[in-house]
Amino acid sequence: MSAPVALPRQEDAAAIGTRFDVGKVRSDFPILREFVHGRPLVYLDNAATSQKPEVVIDAVSNYYRHGNANIHRGVHLLSQRATEEFEAARAAVQSFLNARESREIVFVRGATEAINLVAQSYGRQQVGMGDEVLISAMEHHSNIVPWQILCEEKGATLRVVPINDAGELRMDELERLLSPRTKIVAVAHLSNALGSINPIQQIVGMAHARNIPVLVDGAQAVPHLPVDVQEMDCDFYVFSGHKIYGPTGIGVLYGKATLLEEMPPYQGGGDMISSVTFEKTIYNKVPHKFEAGTPDIAGVVGLGAAITYVNGLGLSAIAAHEHELLAYATDRIGALPGVRIVGTAKEKAGVLSFVLDGIHPHDVGTILDLEGIAVRTGHHCAQPVMDRFGIPATVRASFAVYNTLQEIDALAEGLEKVKEILG
Amino acid sequence: MADLREMYQEVILEHAKSPRNYRALEAPAVRAEGYNPLCGDRCTVYLTMRGDVIEDIGFQGSGCAISRASASMMTQSLKGKTAGEAEGLFKSFHQMVTGRNSHGDRPQLGKLEAFAGVSEFPARVKCATLAWHTLEAALHGEHVPVTTE
Ligand SMILES: Cc1ncc(COP(=O)(O)O)c(C=O)c1O
Repeated sequence: MSAPVALPRQEDAAAIGTRFDVGKVRSDFPILREFVHGRPLVYLDNAATSQKPEVVIDAVSNYYRHGNANIHRGVHLLSQRATEEFEAARAAVQSFLNARESREIVFVRGATEAINLVAQSYGRQQVGMGDEVLISAMEHHSNIVPWQILCEEKGATLRVVPINDAGELRMDELERLLSPRTKIVAVAHLSNALGSINPIQQIVGMAHARNIPVLVDGAQAVPHLPVDVQEMDCDFYVFSGHKIYGPTGIGVLYGKATLLEEMPPYQGGGDMISSVTFEKTIYNKVPHKFEAGTPDIAGVVGLGAAITYVNGLGLSAIAAHEHELLAYATDRIGALPGVRIVGTAKEKAGVLSFVLDGIHPHDVGTILDLEGIAVRTGHHCAQPVMDRFGIPATVRASFAVYNTLQEIDALAEGLEKVKEILG
Repeated sequence: MADLREMYQEVILEHAKSPRNYRALEAPAVRAEGYNPLCGDRCTVYLTMRGDVIEDIGFQGSGCAISRASASMMTQSLKGKTAGEAEGLFKSFHQMVTGRNSHGDRPQLGKLEAFAGVSEFPARVKCATLAWHTLEAALHGEHVPVTTE
């Protein structure tokens, strides 16, 4: 197998160079100067979590050094400042997703909590005995299990839209599975195990034609694709800060205001109320109704800084850079004898999953690690995807704004070494 | 690359490629299933006991080189051993791969010494011990799949 590389290396590098100064971007990320097992770090595990630029690290640390106070409850200066910063980050997320109103942005722990919130609040209110929840065969466990829990509690049924051999959603099956019993559709924007991009607008159109709301799991999509929730017209959109250069422990639920208004609270506590007596509690307005307790304020501030950073580079430029990386990696790694790429959807981003003939991904991961190359090996929290392809695991290289073609060459050379040792 | 060769020794690679006793045993053999949720590796261990002695042992499953080789070499070293001896070997093996005993403390391990290099790779200890955990479940007649978590 000798698939031709799309462009000669030099041209490729130059093409990227005009769009993007990768060297400059790399210098924004202090961790990229680390050595691992005596080798420069080649970080290709961005779908698990991305690294953090200095501006994000500084925003978090400056908040604790100079601004720390609780929000929405103090008359003192620091509390007011913290509240302003917190709400400014909400506005930044609003415009990042192009949401209509900032109250449509709810801060949560991450994509996982956002999906659980919708399942436990919207889901428990709307899904009943005999109803159906429709997900896809390429979902992360966090977009499967919350719905299973709901369905079990309610006596509802979880239905799954299958994928084809390329790892693309079977739209014909989606059409067939949407039924009068379907109460919500929950689907990934970009698959973490395969890299497939789903046609969200089309899915939303099909579901809305039957008055079914759609939740989109954007955990993998937001770092790689410009997202416009009004254009997609999805009802809920969720993501995690840590995959888009922000801190861990903070994430976002976008929900249409009309839906959020009607939904019961998820957790009870401070901040989510407007008045409490032992007889009756009146809930606060959205989004505060869904933000019980002291939130991860530093995390929100850090996420705000991450979004500012991403906006500064421009998501279209980031997407173009990562597209080059993926195209080059697909050719370079795909051309290695014994490599089979898992997930060959026409629309793909950010992720290259593959298996090596006769060599288990776990062994690949260990040997690459000693070369300083961090990849993910395993089922990527998407066991049903592995079952679909009849494999226990894959090796996954996933790309970010700071990755280079040289790093993909290092991966290819690392894989040659793997074959030399284990082949 | 010294460390790598330390773990991926020839004997380990050879067993990984052509595992011994890679077969299911017929009833009345007991069987137990093991699963490593971290990497999706699965292992089924089959045992035929005569009294307290392991008369025959086999395994099947999918896994990395370390877990396959470990299962293969485990089956080789256990035939004819008593359940108590098998447990003792596991204990010693476990201490070795977690770096908690030294060469002199484990004369009974014999060929299994090849796995000493695993102690340098904490992320791989579960691969080396999956078959052994499964064996333990089989010896104790546990029918719920064991996991390494
Ligand atoms: C597609 C997808 N959805 C959801 C999640 C869960 O994100 P988190 O663990 O940050 O809540 C992930 C994380 O890997 C993911 O890739």
